[in-house]
Amino acid sequence: MNQLALGEAAPPCAPLTAQDYKSNYKPIWCPGCGDYTVLSSITKALAALQLRPEKVAVVSGIGCSSRIPAYTACYGFHGVHGRSLAAATGLKVARPDLTVLVASGDGDGYSIGGNHFLHACRRNVDLTYIVMDNHVYGMTKGQPSPTTEPDWDSKLAPGGTGLRSFHPLVIALASGANFVARAFSGDPNGTADILARAIRHPGFSFVEILSPCVTFRPEQRGWKERVHGAPVEATDDPARAARRIMTDDGFNLGVLYAGDRPAFPGPARAASASIADIEAEFAP
Amino acid sequence: MELASTREPAARPAASGPEPPRPGGSISIALAGSGGSGVMTAGNLLLDAAARAGLYGLMVRTSGPQIRGGEAAALLRLATVPTESLDDGFDLLLALDWQNVNRFADEIPLRASGLLLGDADEGEPPPVFLAGGARFVSLPLKKTAKAIRGAWTNMVALGVAGRLAGIPAQALEAAVQASWKRDAAGLEANLQALRAGFEAGGAVEAGHGAPALAPASATQGTTPGAAPGTASADRWLLSGNEGAGLGALRGGIRFVAAYPITPATEMLEWLAPALTRVGGTLLQAEDELASINMAIGASFGGVPSLTATAGPGLSLMAEGIGLAVSAEVPVVIVDVMRGGPSTGIPAKSEQSDLSFAVDGLHGDAPRLVLAPTSITDCVATTQWAVELAEATQAPAIVLSDQFMGQSRAIVDRPPDPGFAARRLVAEADAPDFRRYRNTESGVSPMAIPGTPGTVYTADGLEKTEAGIPSSQARDHSLQLDKRERKLRQHDYGRWWADLEGSGDAAILTFGSVTGVAREALARLAAQGIALRLVALRLLAPALPEQLAEALAGVERVLVVEQNHSAQLFRYLRAMHDLPGRPASFHRPGPLPIRPGELADAIIEWRSR
Repeated sequence: MNQLALGEAAPPCAPLTAQDYKSNYKPIWCPGCGDYTVLSSITKALAALQLRPEKVAVVSGIGCSSRIPAYTACYGFHGVHGRSLAAATGLKVARPDLTVLVASGDGDGYSIGGNHFLHACRRNVDLTYIVMDNHVYGMTKGQPSPTTEPDWDSKLAPGGTGLRSFHPLVIALASGANFVARAFSGDPNGTADILARAIRHPGFSFVEILSPCVTFRPEQRGWKERVHGAPVEATDDPARAARRIMTDDGFNLGVLYAGDRPAFPGPARAASASIADIEAEFAP
Repeated sequence: MELASTREPAARPAASGPEPPRPGGSISIALAGSGGSGVMTAGNLLLDAAARAGLYGLMVRTSGPQIRGGEAAALLRLATVPTESLDDGFDLLLALDWQNVNRFADEIPLRASGLLLGDADEGEPPPVFLAGGARFVSLPLKKTAKAIRGAWTNMVALGVAGRLAGIPAQALEAAVQASWKRDAAGLEANLQALRAGFEAGGAVEAGHGAPALAPASATQGTTPGAAPGTASADRWLLSGNEGAGLGALRGGIRFVAAYPITPATEMLEWLAPALTRVGGTLLQAEDELASINMAIGASFGGVPSLTATAGPGLSLMAEGIGLAVSAEVPVVIVDVMRGGPSTGIPAKSEQSDLSFAVDGLHGDAPRLVLAPTSITDCVATTQWAVELAEATQAPAIVLSDQFMGQSRAIVDRPPDPGFAARRLVAEADAPDFRRYRNTESGVSPMAIPGTPGTVYTADGLEKTEAGIPSSQARDHSLQLDKRERKLRQHDYGRWWADLEGSGDAAILTFGSVTGVAREALARLAAQGIALRLVALRLLAPALPEQLAEALAGVERVLVVEQNHSAQLFRYLRAMHDLPGRPASFHRPGPLPIRPGELADAIIEWRSR
């Protein structure tokens, strides 16, 4: 349980609605973009948890997905490409009382930010990492990302990259993420439910959201026919979770792993010394 | 543009010729050996004992490129007055073995009156150390240690060096006792080894004369009432890295994220427990990109934050520092400069990151750049950097360097100037809150997450006053003006530089060369040559009016720095109207510039 956040979640008067978490700025995504419904799912999840908007911070890097912070009525941090997890880690460790969400995409999160992904999973700070995966760099108009299929033809990689696709869920699991789930932007209620569970789960929660880019990958419109719910409930056994993730078809939705590793850095420690105490140690 | 022809490290004439006057009296001692031989431990204990005996001084660490293993030397200078620079030559070189010690030939020039001490079983000494006339004396260091069960050779060496330096045995024993964290039997054995070395030192003194500070002078600086061997709370043993860490704590830093890198690591190792003890957190990040972004994230959350690094790490942080500029998030970056570019010379000193620090970000990115003027000043300058970063909501880069960072000095307790983090923070439900409002001072109230009614998105994108991304010319221009103005208009008071001396010629310095310049100027003053010293503590933003005032009546200036391309000289020429024909004295590291070398250069410059 995210105790600090939930403990202060008493509604001021009327219960907060999803609308209360939306900012006044109109999103500038392409029509049909999956990220619209990801935004709705986030605000629904926050409403379900009744978190006060000012006690929530949404952190992002660069890319279409990373515009999310400005579209929420929460505190937002829109930093540089690939470093959202680092900024969010600093924020959460310094301010454990805040609920911190991180919004990223497959290029931002897995390519330039790949190293931070591994270490954020290892570190297990209580963050919710939301990656909107459309297997393409949309903002820079259609280059292959780490999750792009090896034979996908593009201007930058004519005939395809020939590279094996990155498998974020397995990597998250192997690196120590405490909660691993897959969601689909075309299912806002299911996604909101998964996000609410991810936010509540202590430690590092990773939610991959399949979010079609209808502009550069129009064939992804077909994803809605392919997704299906996880055949079984979440497991706390990483080996079982790994087997399930490795053998599924990439469209298996739900919470796939929920571990019980304690979050870093643990309870905040009160000061045990004054600066004068520390200074006294400089005398020979 | 006039550049002094000082690109090459000066040859080492210091070993011969007349001895320069040494104000207050000092002795220079080098302890050398292969890595792991314990010379650093012995050096630290000798410094500690000197402090207990009421002396001042410093110890500079030097080693090969491998950092661990290989050859190592502790370079000490003990003095009756505060000193934070090395002397021109050494009075004593004590080598535990000869393995690669000759690599220190340039770093340890022995005076003509100097002594070279080596282990009798190690064979002939490298002749390079004797070329200037120093005498060689062999001692049975290892044999003496072996004869005492559980004793170490470096403790014998400590006894020898301590005796020849004129440190009372009581102070040496107190230093060993205070540092001993192992068994009582081991302590007793090593105290015996120390005493045996002390006695051997006496024999050397009797046979060859001692280069020592007279024992009488060793007590001159003693705090009144403090017996030798007692610690004085007014005299500290402090390294620049620890000093910067302490300044950070004093200033209010409560979050640090960093990646280990030589020579900044000790600052982090000092801070890790200290920060925890005062209720803060230190994270070891996965790399420097994470470090700076973690620090920015924490500071966005309202907690004053810092990262520390060295050259290559600073390069990796460039994008993040630019983000702090644009998003107006205060953060302090301590860069402990080393030889560069690239991996360069990690464990030795240079001042070659200045250009990067003042100009190295993309876009027009106003930031603060500061440099401590001594080991002691690492405390105050870092503390000031915290205050400035917080007051202006901008990144502040502190340019320390390996010489200051890794050297430990006996100093008077640095006073606390009272600099503290004071951030202009938005109140809850502030009416018409606009995070990046174009205020008169340029500083706009910053909303801290958790505060109701002031939510906003911090952004590295150009933005409107409300923080909405904007690519419009007027928004860009307005925000550029705001970010530049808030730094330019801040009142930096008298702290922007240390101004010393008088005369119609001035020496301009920054960082650790300031100590060298101070000593060179003191020597010249003793010869009746008066000069001014302007040691810049605030390098950016440039303060042309303040510098012009400091240089009123000055006809010519000499800019002194330790790098290959005269970075400070070029920067000052670009930002200020320097009087007369400005000249430069610069050469790269890793050999420290010596006071005598600089004094000679100043005399030559004056004659031109």
